[in-house]
Amino acid sequence: MEKQNNKSITDRVWDLFASVKLAIVIFTIIASTSMVGTILEQQADPEKNVKVLSKMFGLGHDSAHSALKVLDSLGFTNMYHSWWFVTLLLLFCANLIICSIDRLPHIWKLAREHIQPLPPELLDKVAIKRSLTIKGKASGAKELSVAALLKLGFKPAEATSANGVQFYAEKGNYTRLGVYVTHLSLLVILAGAMIGLFFGFNAFLNLPEGETTSVAYKDRGTEVPLGFELRCDNFEVDYYGQGDMPKSYKSWLTVFKNGKEILKKSIVVNDPLTFEGITFYQSSYGKVPNSEGRGIIILRAVAANGTAQNIQAKVGDSFMIPGSSVQGRILDFSPALSVDPTGRYFSYDEMLKNPAIQVAFTGLKDGNYTGWILKRYPNSWNLPGGERLEFLDYWGVEYTGMQVRKDPGVFIVYLGCIIMALGLYVTFFMSHRRVWVQIAEDKGSTRITIAASAHRNKAAFENRIDKLVGILNAGSKGESK
Amino acid sequence: MNSSVFFGLSSVAYILAMILYIAYLAFRNNTVGITATIVTVAGFVSQTMAILIRWKEFAEIGNMGLLRGVPLTNLYESLIFFVWCLILAYLVIEFKYKTRSFGAFITPVAGLALAFIDISGMSKNIQPLVPALQSNWLLAHVMMSFIAYSMFAVSFSTGLMYLIVTTDDKKEPAYIFWTGMLSLFIIVLAAMGLDYLTFKLAVKSQEELIRSFLFKASFRSESGAVTALSFAVSAGLFFLIWRFGGILKKVIAGVNISADTLDDITYKSIAMGFPIFTLGGLIFGAIWADQAWGKYWTWDPKETWSLITWFFYAFYLHSRLMRGWKGKKVAIVAVLGFLAVIFTYLGVNLLLSGLHSYGSE
Ligand code: HEM
Repeated sequence: MEKQNNKSITDRVWDLFASVKLAIVIFTIIASTSMVGTILEQQADPEKNVKVLSKMFGLGHDSAHSALKVLDSLGFTNMYHSWWFVTLLLLFCANLIICSIDRLPHIWKLAREHIQPLPPELLDKVAIKRSLTIKGKASGAKELSVAALLKLGFKPAEATSANGVQFYAEKGNYTRLGVYVTHLSLLVILAGAMIGLFFGFNAFLNLPEGETTSVAYKDRGTEVPLGFELRCDNFEVDYYGQGDMPKSYKSWLTVFKNGKEILKKSIVVNDPLTFEGITFYQSSYGKVPNSEGRGIIILRAVAANGTAQNIQAKVGDSFMIPGSSVQGRILDFSPALSVDPTGRYFSYDEMLKNPAIQVAFTGLKDGNYTGWILKRYPNSWNLPGGERLEFLDYWGVEYTGMQVRKDPGVFIVYLGCIIMALGLYVTFFMSHRRVWVQIAEDKGSTRITIAASAHRNKAAFENRIDKLVGILNAGSKGESK
Repeated sequence: MNSSVFFGLSSVAYILAMILYIAYLAFRNNTVGITATIVTVAGFVSQTMAILIRWKEFAEIGNMGLLRGVPLTNLYESLIFFVWCLILAYLVIEFKYKTRSFGAFITPVAGLALAFIDISGMSKNIQPLVPALQSNWLLAHVMMSFIAYSMFAVSFSTGLMYLIVTTDDKKEPAYIFWTGMLSLFIIVLAAMGLDYLTFKLAVKSQEELIRSFLFKASFRSESGAVTALSFAVSAGLFFLIWRFGGILKKVIAGVNISADTLDDITYKSIAMGFPIFTLGGLIFGAIWADQAWGKYWTWDPKETWSLITWFFYAFYLHSRLMRGWKGKKVAIVAVLGFLAVIFTYLGVNLLLSGLHSYGSE
């Protein structure tokens, strides 16, 4: 592609941006700067990075500090949003676009150009060559060849010349464009990402059980109006067995618009709620500050004869078990109660890992009884007289932590991903395949010459051609019998 | 029967196979070659059994369906799956190209992975899934990533072989590169082995070993003498490999694999691995992150390193299009690409921190 020196500036810039060399340079720069970005923690507390630097290079605190200052001024502590990284990405796009525009006409022509019959002397120059001689007349060989080509998915055309008959066919002309589809998909993905950046937002929302909100919060606490109201009805953590390994975090949400209930949905990690373009992701949870003791204990009291009733109570409250004379009074509460091997109870966590209440019962058959009822240990629900007190929930002190996102570009990003998958498939697993079959009669036998080419995956096509030869051989034997 | 018995059997088989393949390469004795293949196949069957049993155990423990319960959730399980894919890929190549000479180069990668599991003392226990990991996207993501990684491992091996057979001159950069690379692998593994032997008793939970004691028995030792000695031994090893690397070339040249075949396999495995990695590693990973966190891309170290790896292989594919780059230069890129894979896979967990769960157990 080196031409004369007297090119205009624009031509030179064009050539630069149309070159794969620039792409290689940009790949290198993006990859190596990204490496730096993964070593320094991004958008982090400076002290953290000072530690990283002094650990990595054995620098003292002060020199690490000044090194960080330099890196910071170069944008390395928030590099993926820095002007120069964005510029790199833009250069990358320009490279891709111009390179494609530069080459597309040529490739387009190749794809549109239809296969022509080849004169025998050129057949020799084609990449894949096979030949065989079969007994019998050319007419038999012709029928056989057409059938075999059809079987391999080719629709042959026929040309007759002084040298005999030639069948020729091609498949997958447009697979040559696969690379461009792949490249296009990158632009689509980046465009989708841009749209998300400009027209979307990322926020979070810590919503206590029972509360309703119409806003979420961005990084520095700025409010983002949702355009509707969201209420957290309940939040719960499920555990594996009786251990503390969490199995799921689940929030029950209700959407209201203009005061009317629109929608109810429970969300878990990996299964968010989307309403009017805004998506709520379960991401964390926690205890509402100063909520100690304000929660509502939800119980289900079951009498010995099976009569049951739900009860809401607080610490200090008394209640009756329905259809019996048993009375209970809640004495104490623990957020996470466990029993040690000697049978003693202890509170091992501030979070509501296994809420428990201590209840004093009177009026039981065998007199009085005081015991702990633990939410996650159903064994502790049974009372000596056959009654049961089920601990269903401790409600109103936890909040659910949600990521709130609006991203109108995400569909475009996904569209780009689909295009990329298709493009890569076409690029790597398909090819423009051409085949010519020349048939010439020669003293009672017929000579078949096959020439074929594929613009990539030649070996795979060679196998197909060998299969073609196999079919022809088998067919000719079948005929001669 | 317990899955660990079968895992143990397969590890022994692969390491034995590695020795047999190397012996085959050196002596070109057919009986040795056939034995190597048989041992590899036996190891493969045993490992398949082990994975199936563990799958069942895992699904039962977490009380999940069989589909969710695929054992691919921690570093140990994923390394095992990687080895399985790699051996499968190798057996396909042995069958297709009808040659056993790659065995001596591919089985060591499997052997290294298995040795790494034991040297690093990573947890082999089955753990139920935390909520973020309960996703079918994640499963597809991890599985396809490791299939791609094993393709890349093949290209690494053949790329290295390509460099070995095409370089003569000891001053040539490509020669220095491959001898350096080989030395690096041996040195790192030996150093980690030393760490393990030295600190085995000191660490209570062995997961801490790498994080706190990496190279503490050698390069980062408290004693200056040990540090100096480590560097001296490494330099000596590099010199030996550099000086006598020509022997390897003779050995490979003796078994009649042409440089073109090597280049072809390198390209083909990357051409298979790249689309699989793009779809599984990047796209499915992004979809999973989107579902789990509401952000399909956050530039966290693991994601960024996947992207860097991807760029290495895009670099490889495009550099083949440039004049004068065919051959050694692209082979170097293929080898470096796999280093990026290793870093993405292990380095990020062990050396950098991230959102992802691997290595955090
Ligand atoms: C990360 C971004 C990119 C990806 C994933 C990508 C992907 C691909 C793939 C898969 C191929 C086919 C390679 C092969 O045949 O072995 C290809 C070819 C090519 N790429 Fe890219 N590419 C990227 C960026 C670029 C850029 C920035 C340029 C700008 C110059 C470029 C120019 C080309 C050219 C000229 C070809 C050859 C086309 C042909 O054979 O007709 N690529 N690309």
